[in-house]
Amino acid sequence: MSDATQHGAGQPATRSLHHLDARTKRRNASEKRFKALGIGAIGIGLAFLVILLVTIVSNGATAFQQTFVEVPVYLDAAKLDKKGNRDPEDLKKATTFTYKPLIEKALLDAVEKSGATTDLAKAKDMKNLISASAASQVRDAVLADPSLIGTTVDFKILASSRVDSYLKGRVHRDEIAKDKNITVAQLDLVDQLRDAGIIHKGFNWAFIFGADASDSRAEQAGIGISMLGSFYMMLVVLVLALPIGVAASIYLEEFAPKNRFTDLIEVNISNLAAVPSIVFGILGLAVFIQFAHLPQSAPLVGGLVLTLMTLPTIIISTRAALKAVPPSIRDAALGVGASKMQSVFHHVLPLAMPGILTGTIIGLAQALGETAPLLLIGMVGYIATNSPDGFLDGFVSPNSAMPAQIYEWAKRADPAFYERAWGGIIILLIFLLGMNIIAIILRRKFERRW
Amino acid sequence: MPVLWIVVIVVVLAVVGFVMGRMRALHSAGEDRRSLHSLPNYYGFNVAMFTAVPALLLLLVWMVAQPLIVNTRVSAEIPEALLDGSNMSLVMSDVRRVADGLDTAIAQGALSARQAANIDLQTTDLREVLGSVGVALGSSVDPATLNAAQTYRGMTSTGDLAMTVLVLLAAIAGFAFAYLRTNKDFRARNTVEKGVRVLLIAAASIAILTTIGIVLSLVFNTIEFFRLYPITDFFFGTTWSPSFGGGSELGILPLLWGTLYISLVALLVAVPIGLFAAVYLSEYATKSVRGVVKPLLEVLAGIPTIVYGLFALLTVGPFLLSIFGANGPTAAMADGGWMHAGTAVMTAGLVMGIMLIPFVSSLSDDIINAVPQSLRDGSYGLGATKSETIKQVILPAALPGIVGAVLLATSRAIGETMIVVLGAGAAARLSMNPFDAMTTVTAKIVSQLTGDADFASPEALVAFALGMTLFVLTLGLNIFALYIVRKYREQYE
Amino acid sequence: MEDMSLTERAVTTDDIKITARNVQVHYGDTHAIKDVDVDILDKTVTAFIGPSGCGKSTFLRCLNRMNDTIDICRVEGDIKLDGEDIYDKRVDPVQLRAKVGMVFQKPNPFPKSIYDNVAYGPKIHGLTKNKAELDQVVEDSLRKAALWNEVKDRLHAPGTGLSGGQQQRLCIARAVATSPEVLLMDEPCSALDPIATAQVEELIDELRANFSVVIVTHSMQQAARVSQKTAFFHLGNLVEYDDTDKIFTNPSDSRTESYITGRIG
Repeated sequence: MSDATQHGAGQPATRSLHHLDARTKRRNASEKRFKALGIGAIGIGLAFLVILLVTIVSNGATAFQQTFVEVPVYLDAAKLDKKGNRDPEDLKKATTFTYKPLIEKALLDAVEKSGATTDLAKAKDMKNLISASAASQVRDAVLADPSLIGTTVDFKILASSRVDSYLKGRVHRDEIAKDKNITVAQLDLVDQLRDAGIIHKGFNWAFIFGADASDSRAEQAGIGISMLGSFYMMLVVLVLALPIGVAASIYLEEFAPKNRFTDLIEVNISNLAAVPSIVFGILGLAVFIQFAHLPQSAPLVGGLVLTLMTLPTIIISTRAALKAVPPSIRDAALGVGASKMQSVFHHVLPLAMPGILTGTIIGLAQALGETAPLLLIGMVGYIATNSPDGFLDGFVSPNSAMPAQIYEWAKRADPAFYERAWGGIIILLIFLLGMNIIAIILRRKFERRW
Repeated sequence: MPVLWIVVIVVVLAVVGFVMGRMRALHSAGEDRRSLHSLPNYYGFNVAMFTAVPALLLLLVWMVAQPLIVNTRVSAEIPEALLDGSNMSLVMSDVRRVADGLDTAIAQGALSARQAANIDLQTTDLREVLGSVGVALGSSVDPATLNAAQTYRGMTSTGDLAMTVLVLLAAIAGFAFAYLRTNKDFRARNTVEKGVRVLLIAAASIAILTTIGIVLSLVFNTIEFFRLYPITDFFFGTTWSPSFGGGSELGILPLLWGTLYISLVALLVAVPIGLFAAVYLSEYATKSVRGVVKPLLEVLAGIPTIVYGLFALLTVGPFLLSIFGANGPTAAMADGGWMHAGTAVMTAGLVMGIMLIPFVSSLSDDIINAVPQSLRDGSYGLGATKSETIKQVILPAALPGIVGAVLLATSRAIGETMIVVLGAGAAARLSMNPFDAMTTVTAKIVSQLTGDADFASPEALVAFALGMTLFVLTLGLNIFALYIVRKYREQYE
Repeated sequence: MEDMSLTERAVTTDDIKITARNVQVHYGDTHAIKDVDVDILDKTVTAFIGPSGCGKSTFLRCLNRMNDTIDICRVEGDIKLDGEDIYDKRVDPVQLRAKVGMVFQKPNPFPKSIYDNVAYGPKIHGLTKNKAELDQVVEDSLRKAALWNEVKDRLHAPGTGLSGGQQQRLCIARAVATSPEVLLMDEPCSALDPIATAQVEELIDELRANFSVVIVTHSMQQAARVSQKTAFFHLGNLVEYDDTDKIFTNPSDSRTESYITGRIG
């Protein structure tokens, strides 16, 4: 401060540069604090990312493991084929209710044989240990091969979701007092059966390739069918958005005159890019379903909505790619007598292609993860259990989509579905990661410096 | 004839046209391609274009128009009695279902075409017949419905036949027209380029069509809603309690309040973190740090919102509840804790804030980088430290752009759906407590339009009015923000 | 015509303000400055001339450590201000730059008012006790920059609204306001029209009364008009350093002569 008074005297204070004054020290401290704030902000951002990823992986990894029960089932001819003629039509009359006691009995026998000590002595007591899907699994096997009747066949059936959750550490003995679906005695038995190798965990292929299941069968639910739904939607988006987006960009970047109409299109595109996705859902509902009567829950409609939603993204990145091609290329083509159209399609477009594809893949990745518009066109709440019959049917037959399926599981009451939801997210993120890696590789490989 | 076959035939015709057009042109030039006006392929493309484009366009228009016309005609025939206690769109969907079911039954061989055309409800249980081919009906078929369904089938099949004939005729006519015009002096390239240009313009116009589609679908349904529900009650009502039995109160204020409150919390998280991160990355970080950290932060923006929604519902909500809930360490401060359930304004706001961090940081980073280096040099040259330069020169210079970025982030927050659907709760209330569950405009659009809502009721139509409000709000914010950002960029160009 | 009179003023002091010995600057792999030795005198205008890319601006930016803000730039050798090594570990470049001010090629007023532009330096360095003193500093600085009369009625208008020449004088006032001992000017007139250039040149000569001024210039005429000492840089070497009169009339190095006569450049 002292030098202030000397200001204007033409003889500024001569302080040594090698000595930091108090004010500079204060200023440097404030500099350090400010820098620390910046590092802190980045640290928090990255910490959130890490927490998010750790949460996803730690909660979802178990979805890829499933508990199975290995049990030899005696397929009693007296019950399954009362007429004794092995006629498939008659065999169909035996419903899953007929098969269920057989399996429960078989498990009880296996328990006794393993020498486990338990008070559970009735076949009924085994009900809670095995999935409700077991009966139909055995029935399907019998219908496929009636000669099995009367023999004992080894089956690998799903354990119930309570047993599965118990072995994965999510169900504890002290929390199940009110649970009708499992008892402490049954859990004790599960421990012994696991040691005996009758109950064991295995990789859960059914989760990746299987169909969704109803509310009470969490252990059976898979994401495979909705993955197919997502695949069909992406196909629609790719087939429509890429050509339309490229055509629109070529027009705007290369041919459009500077006039009101062009301005209008430009304003529209930049605004559409920022319209909330749910509004596109309303558009899809009103135009495609109410007005054009396209089928509800169909991947075709989902694909159309997502196409409209991703078009602005694709147009913006395509235009950037076209802009990056230097004018000298166009001039060179025009200079040898090519028409404007030829110069664009023969020279500019091929050079811009890597950039366009990168933008398209990123647009597709965005569309793949989008959920909100799908809620409104009925792709949620639909239980995706059937694969489409044939390729074309896949576009119009009702289906779900991966993010919609995840949402569906998140809403269900049984917490066993949460694991599926996290697992579904892992699969979804793997797809997104793959798409982004392809985009990065494309960009690296074809990156051009003019 | 199925549409697919029509398309295939037209495409095959176009391919044939390409080959024949090309040959005819070469032939007319005496097999000497140098005396042609255009390259031979252009003559082929010309014929293919005239064959396929008008025909496919006609097909598309027809496919959209026919159901509309048939619907109007059939619904005009439906007797008043059938409408009792129901509405037209429900009756029409029954009619369509029966008609489609009959077609399915014929296709699967459960009925012959003649049987289907002369069904007597006295002797046949149509519901069972259709059920056997996989078409489930809610109730047994009413004679009037069956009647309408038969008319519907009749008109549709006549229409389909007419469409097939006309589309194929159009393709052949286009083929003939272009083929006959082909000779060596014909300016094929110019014609094809003109055609391609029209296609390009059409593609570019889809952006406008989309906007028009959005506006129309919102406006018509919103007007319909205001016919059933007073506009003032909607905009100034403070209660939101829809009940599909009637007597709903549909005031938007609690929803708007929830939306804005959650957005505010999100911005309070995202703006400081995003801004400081952007400042650090653009002013302090070395190139290598920037090259690693920036893409990592942007990963947060690439994660689908459903993931954040799940994170809010299953991780953040229970975590906050364990601190601020009835059993948490803060329970003593408030009677029974501030938080009563995992879903709350705080839960959704916090998670949405995380999602917006990269959004704010990327935009701010761009904007800070646009501040000219000369201003930094000027400040450093005077002996200012980096932080002084940032606080007193760079941020004030970048302020308009940053305001624009924050507005864009706000618009994002207001329009976000999945996080609030899963994380904010379902109760519409006007409360100041950030640990209360509240709901938003987007969440209510979802809940009013999913499920088996009757689209003619005010409870479903209100979603369109909500959508309209959302659209206008976000559009206004976006236009304003883009305007500010553009002005800002012009300043330094 | 008046311009020509400037060169006739004699060198008024022989006090050495800055000594540079054996200075090397590397930009990444490029060796931008090689072995430069120079003594810069107090109360003197020293001009650095030479063809583009010869390193004159780079060397100028070493004198107040502006090169520190460029990551890939490395400076070696000794540069002493009043006998103190400015690249010493103990030196805070922030304090150094308050003593060695800088004016840039393009006028770069901050997007603030004229007053705030000038007050910026005194405020951050805490040079004034109160508002009245700050007002005084602002007025003095604007007067020294010969801008006071033009802007005294609109001190709170934005600095970016001034004309190019006024903006550059504002930047000079801004640099003067921290009462530096040395003023570095990096081609201060290259973005200005001839009239504005003449005003700034006149100002530079007046500033000599209080400061040691170092100016980088592209224009040999300007160097001849405003400076008393001239250094000629070529390809990163300091070729010749002498009285301006001597350089322009009787250079001792043939490269200098070639440059002066327009054969290289």
